[in-house]
Amino acid sequence: MFLRRDSLGEMFREMNRLHDVGRFFQRPNPFAAGAIPLVNVWEDEHTVYAETDLPGVDVASLDVSVTEGNRLAIVGERKPMDIAGGAWRRQERGSGTFQRTLTLPTLVDPNQVTAKYDSGVLRITLPKAEAAKPRRIPVIV
Amino acid sequence: MSNTQVQKADTGELTAAEADRGFIQTPRVDIIETEQELMVFADLPGVKQDAVDIRFERGELTLHARRTVETPSGGFAHSEFSGGDYFRSFRVSDRIDASKITAELKHGVLALKLPKVEAAKPQRIAVTCA
Repeated sequence: MFLRRDSLGEMFREMNRLHDVGRFFQRPNPFAAGAIPLVNVWEDEHTVYAETDLPGVDVASLDVSVTEGNRLAIVGERKPMDIAGGAWRRQERGSGTFQRTLTLPTLVDPNQVTAKYDSGVLRITLPKAEAAKPRRIPVIV
Repeated sequence: MSNTQVQKADTGELTAAEADRGFIQTPRVDIIETEQELMVFADLPGVKQDAVDIRFERGELTLHARRTVETPSGGFAHSEFSGGDYFRSFRVSDRIDASKITAELKHGVLALKLPKVEAAKPQRIAVTCA
């Protein structure tokens, strides 16, 4: 394979025409060394939801667990690209294992947790533990 | 996954409506070159197939993808990222056969294949013995 080193410069050049640079941003890469996936957490009356961007991960490697009722752990791996005979011209996406642990706002029922992976986004649904659900106390007059 | 249409358009610029959608993220890309083609992989988590717009015009490849992250009615208990569309643009040499560009979106990763024109592929010359 004899590919010229400057081939990308000739064949594929990034456009630097961003008129309003301030509106463009890049999030930290969850697949960079030492980085963690960023998570959004929200809740309604009965359920806590957690969502994280994990594009192109090996679905079989995803492992979601809850310990102590409110410690959520997400573990997984993105396999390195197989470039078989090709040459890198730009390498930004990264690969490898990742791990994230966070404390949920309330206790959840670990037996009822479900996780769905869609379009590179992992959404975890965590029904609240009975003890954490709001209880109406009748007021006796 | 079926191929996403690569369409020609009048301009690769963001329209006012697109620009109104707030923050725009620069997707991370891997670019790999083989003898036959250039392959571009872009991380586009949360993007559905019909929300990707790839345009090629006057040697410029533009990638624009719409993503909506709904804010829950009660707000986030804990928020580390926000939504935002994805935009990135490259100038591509005329050694790419634009009519044969293909795109595929799987698990939030867009895979673009840009085949080289025949003249740009390496030719093997057989050496014969006189």
